Amino acid sequence: MKGADIFVESLLQEGVDTIFGHPGGAILPLNDALYSGKIRHILTRHEQGAVHMAEGYARATGRPGVVLVTSGPGGTNVVTGLTNAFMDSTPVVVFTGQVPTAVIGNDAFQEADIVGITRSCTKHNYLVNNVKDLARTVKEAFYIASTGRPGPVLVDIPKDVSTASCEFVYPETVHLRGYKPTIVGHAGQIRRAAEMLAAAERPILYAGGGVIHSGAAEELRQLGELTATPVTNTLMGLGGFPGVHELWLGMLGMHGTVAANTAMDGADLVIAIGARFDDRVTGNLEEFCVGAKFIHIDIDPSSIGKNVRVDLPIVGDVKHCLRRLLEELRAIEKDWRGSHQPWLAQVEEWQTKYPLHYNQEPDGELLPQFVCEQIYEATQGQAVITTEVGQHQMWAAQFYHCTHPRQFITSGGLGTMGFGFPAAIGAQVALPETVVIDIAGDGSFQMTLQELATAVQYNLPVIVAILNNHSLGMVRQWQQFFYDGRYADSSLEVSPDYVKLAEAYGAIGLRATKAHEVRPVLEEAIRVRRPVVIDFVVKMTENVFPMIPSGGSIRDMLLA
Amino acid sequence: MDTNERYAVLSVRAMPVQSYDVRRHTFAVLVENKFGVLGRITGLFSARGFNIESLCVAETDDPTVSRITLVTEGDAKILEQVHKQLNKLIDVIKVTDLSEEPHVDREMVLIKVHAEAETRAEVLRIADIFRGKIVDVTPKTYVLEVTGDEGKIRAVINLLKPLGIKEMVRSGKIAIARGQRML
Repeated sequence: MKGADIFVESLLQEGVDTIFGHPGGAILPLNDALYSGKIRHILTRHEQGAVHMAEGYARATGRPGVVLVTSGPGGTNVVTGLTNAFMDSTPVVVFTGQVPTAVIGNDAFQEADIVGITRSCTKHNYLVNNVKDLARTVKEAFYIASTGRPGPVLVDIPKDVSTASCEFVYPETVHLRGYKPTIVGHAGQIRRAAEMLAAAERPILYAGGGVIHSGAAEELRQLGELTATPVTNTLMGLGGFPGVHELWLGMLGMHGTVAANTAMDGADLVIAIGARFDDRVTGNLEEFCVGAKFIHIDIDPSSIGKNVRVDLPIVGDVKHCLRRLLEELRAIEKDWRGSHQPWLAQVEEWQTKYPLHYNQEPDGELLPQFVCEQIYEATQGQAVITTEVGQHQMWAAQFYHCTHPRQFITSGGLGTMGFGFPAAIGAQVALPETVVIDIAGDGSFQMTLQELATAVQYNLPVIVAILNNHSLGMVRQWQQFFYDGRYADSSLEVSPDYVKLAEAYGAIGLRATKAHEVRPVLEEAIRVRRPVVIDFVVKMTENVFPMIPSGGSIRDMLLA
Repeated sequence: MDTNERYAVLSVRAMPVQSYDVRRHTFAVLVENKFGVLGRITGLFSARGFNIESLCVAETDDPTVSRITLVTEGDAKILEQVHKQLNKLIDVIKVTDLSEEPHVDREMVLIKVHAEAETRAEVLRIADIFRGKIVDVTPKTYVLEVTGDEGKIRAVINLLKPLGIKEMVRSGKIAIARGQRML
């Protein structure tokens, strides 16, 4: 069998149904092998879009997203997406074409050392030197991408490997002596965690993206309810705990709620679950949760003890560890709700006293928070939401209360503007019946808007809701607070007419500038089941609150 | 110094300043003997801002496995991260912090030293004291080969310096645990 056919058969063995890609010289044998139509290939308009689509697909389903691009610029254009997937632990497998083995290193046309370039932004990567290694490499790539702490894997396939032949045998198992993720948490540590939780007076669960990756949302809910312990989510963890639950405090961190950040600060026990104490969560480490002990459950040992000193580390899969922890806790006789009552009452007081708020005047300028809340109501909280990066991302996180995992797909670690729209396309490919909405900023949308053509070509009814403030809003906000209002390079004075732009691509363009127009426009967008761009023209000077300035602590929190 | 006094000194040093206490540790790292693995290791160190003091790598008795001896410096937190991040690499089979246990370490140095009439005998004497070998001779130079731990290598270099070191090369440290334990 030819290398190109081995590639296709191997993907079929892995259960791949969709590839996102862009062709070119060195990868043509593989595109040719896909011409038979055994696997759906979505032709993107830029390779960065392909990786973000694969990320959206993976985040929406939990299955690895697959990308196929050519050598040289095809490879270098996937670097941002790979880094994004690496930071956010997203399983993605990227196949790049490479120049023939005989000319590797000769500065051949469209040659780039993509394995060298992507070494630090992939979980692992491969150059396939021999067609006999191809099937095994594909098997290993999918295994590494989707097990342990998930992440991106890149496989570089020279053109002559694609055209060479050998017998096709797909390996049944993977043998990697240097890769054995710890799944089962240490029993003694889990028992001690239960004891610490039982002894705590003011505990809090701080849950991140690991809850979603390991499918542990149900276990997290049970843990919160069984022990009457309040829960806060990171940006990556939103949807991992019902955003409408009485124990839910909202998101924590730089733009987190007062209740979440104050509860962290006042807690005597913080249980970090699949979260990594990112600087956007902790702020100044010296002043972070000074009165608390830490339990940290994570599948990645290197995340534990990296930023904060942990009193009780538990390395293992979150779902498994929480199940075991629940068993231990059920064996403890304790009136959890009764003993936590003072703490719960205190937390509730913070929630009531400092809710997220905005004031939309009926005839005033449109406020972005109002638009986010209207999107939430118009979709009954059931849409899949993707975001770009900036103010709109924070408002989406604050006002769209996700109730189930894999519902909120955002670029957390890397903060990649231009992520949300292609990610929405990828999610829509995976979930054709679901309403998928990219809550976007006008700056971010312009970074990957060429994928409108992809959405129209494959009739993917994604909705782009641009909160258009004619500026790079988060940059503008920082300039207002920290650079004396010197708005250097943050004004998008020239912008396209987004309605005409959508129409030029064959999509539907809509616009709302007043509060009363928002709901009808949203309902129309949801009804048409075609790609839609909505230009919500919002107030330019609106800022995201609360805000803890970078490197600050809860005592530096700005409320308005 | 008696035992109690030693403990006293250790505990004072170990407690409050621990996180700022920079130490030098020697790691033994077993890796897949594959193209590009060394690049992954050095790339990891540069990306995360860890220091490499020395690095020594060669195939083991199993041709599919290479062994790296790596000397790095940092406080306890950094050393823990070095250990964990190395382990995270797919091609890394095993990481051992040899500084946590009794071990033997050796370095080799080749020194081309000025050796004419008045110093020739002195170089030979130093070579003899350090159980070194003269491995190359010319009328004006010797090349001296010495193996030993870091202290011994430093001592021989210090003694030869006044006589005129023309060129030298050090291997970097290799190390192995004492006793019956194997990696």
